[in-house]
Amino acid sequence: MSNPKVMAYRRENGRVGIRNHVVILPLDDLSNSACEKVAHNTKGCKALPHAYGRLQFGEDLELFFRTLIGIGANPNVAAVVVIGIEPEWTNRIVDGIAKTGKPVTGFAIERHGEIKTVERASWKAKEYMHWASELKREECDLSEIWVSVKCGESDTTSGLASNPTVGNALEKLVGMGGTCSFGETSEITGAEMVCKERAATPEVAEQFMATFNKYQEMIDRNKTDDLSGSQPTKGNIAGGLTTIEEKAFGNLQKIGKTINYVGVLDKAEAPTGKGLWYMDTSSAAAEAVTLWAAAGFVAHFFPTGQGNIIGNPIEPVIKLSANPRTVSDMVEHIDYDCSAILKGEMTLDESGDNLLNMLIRTCEGRLTAQEVLGHEEFVLTKLYESA
Amino acid sequence: MIQFLVHEKADNVGVATVDIKSGETAQGLYMDSQEPVEMKALHDIPLGHKIAMGDISTDASVIKYGADIGRVVADIKTGEHVHTHNLKTRRW
Repeated sequence: MSNPKVMAYRRENGRVGIRNHVVILPLDDLSNSACEKVAHNTKGCKALPHAYGRLQFGEDLELFFRTLIGIGANPNVAAVVVIGIEPEWTNRIVDGIAKTGKPVTGFAIERHGEIKTVERASWKAKEYMHWASELKREECDLSEIWVSVKCGESDTTSGLASNPTVGNALEKLVGMGGTCSFGETSEITGAEMVCKERAATPEVAEQFMATFNKYQEMIDRNKTDDLSGSQPTKGNIAGGLTTIEEKAFGNLQKIGKTINYVGVLDKAEAPTGKGLWYMDTSSAAAEAVTLWAAAGFVAHFFPTGQGNIIGNPIEPVIKLSANPRTVSDMVEHIDYDCSAILKGEMTLDESGDNLLNMLIRTCEGRLTAQEVLGHEEFVLTKLYESA
Repeated sequence: MIQFLVHEKADNVGVATVDIKSGETAQGLYMDSQEPVEMKALHDIPLGHKIAMGDISTDASVIKYGADIGRVVADIKTGEHVHTHNLKTRRW
């Protein structure tokens, strides 16, 4: 049987996107204001304000550049205007995005002032909006849609039904030749040996353990208690999850039972081939999804128990829940209700198919709950203090 | 009607899928074998919370997904509520 087809945007570098954003990307915190003014002047484009970009150094600076360049390079983005306080780092972002072949132009505020910069950048944004608005969707294979997965405000219903639904869908996507990723390094605590066994090769297993141990050392170095107030979160505990181990085994249900991960990615690092990839991420939803968006993932499966309402500005977040209370009292945030599994009225296999159907609809233009509600959490991961 | 689910036969806790009242004999299901099971609740068990499938003594492990999910810190009787008051992480 051949794979499902979707109508999507094939970009200059061959990658496939499901949205057609023109992004106004600030290099640094100082340039947020100019970007928001350009986005106000030029309807339909999207400013992505953030808190960083000054005096970062070393590995933290490398992650910063990788994240911003990755966001601009994401196939859900048609074209990019970059605005920074000075030209040198601004151009580093522009040059990184330009490697994809997509239109990108940078503007520096120094020696021009903000008002003139906003005017020049607005003209360019207008040109890009006209150009992008005439791009056509074309037939693409579902396996070309890179999908990341992460859960949030999990409870025990996540481990029973919504996470296994994602696992079932991932098994099917990887079986089609797709590219998928999971992560949340701290949230594998207690189940790390099970996660290690899911690596495709001994080398990848060792890479995972090295990544896991490094994260544990960071937590041990900085923690002041047993972390029971943070991980599991207060919401997790209200939903019936008691320990990090319990949360971890529930979390791992998202990678199904039959697939192995083929490699370990650093934060915001793009995979180099097909299959399931582990990415080293925080378990904080907005930070983690931003890292996957920067790695080139174009759709996200987000199972929630108690009702995490996170979104992302460029990578649509498809939310599912099996908690009968959440799908009722937080219904506006949920794209797919899989609570029938808990009543024994739906199988996991059916639920996985339903989630894939929601993915196809999202690819072809159905806006996710998060998109309609305007949840656009763009949160950069910072490794340590600035200089 | 199913009121709680148990991931695996080896587990010593189940998960309430509806609010279960203290004193109620709740209807459950083992997910791996699809075998039905009954349990009399000794406490209220809110939706999503765990019910003990057997007695578990202090320092023993709570088993869920067939795996150790933490250390018991106060003796647990069959049918009791299992949560942060009687179960703690072995990590961190």
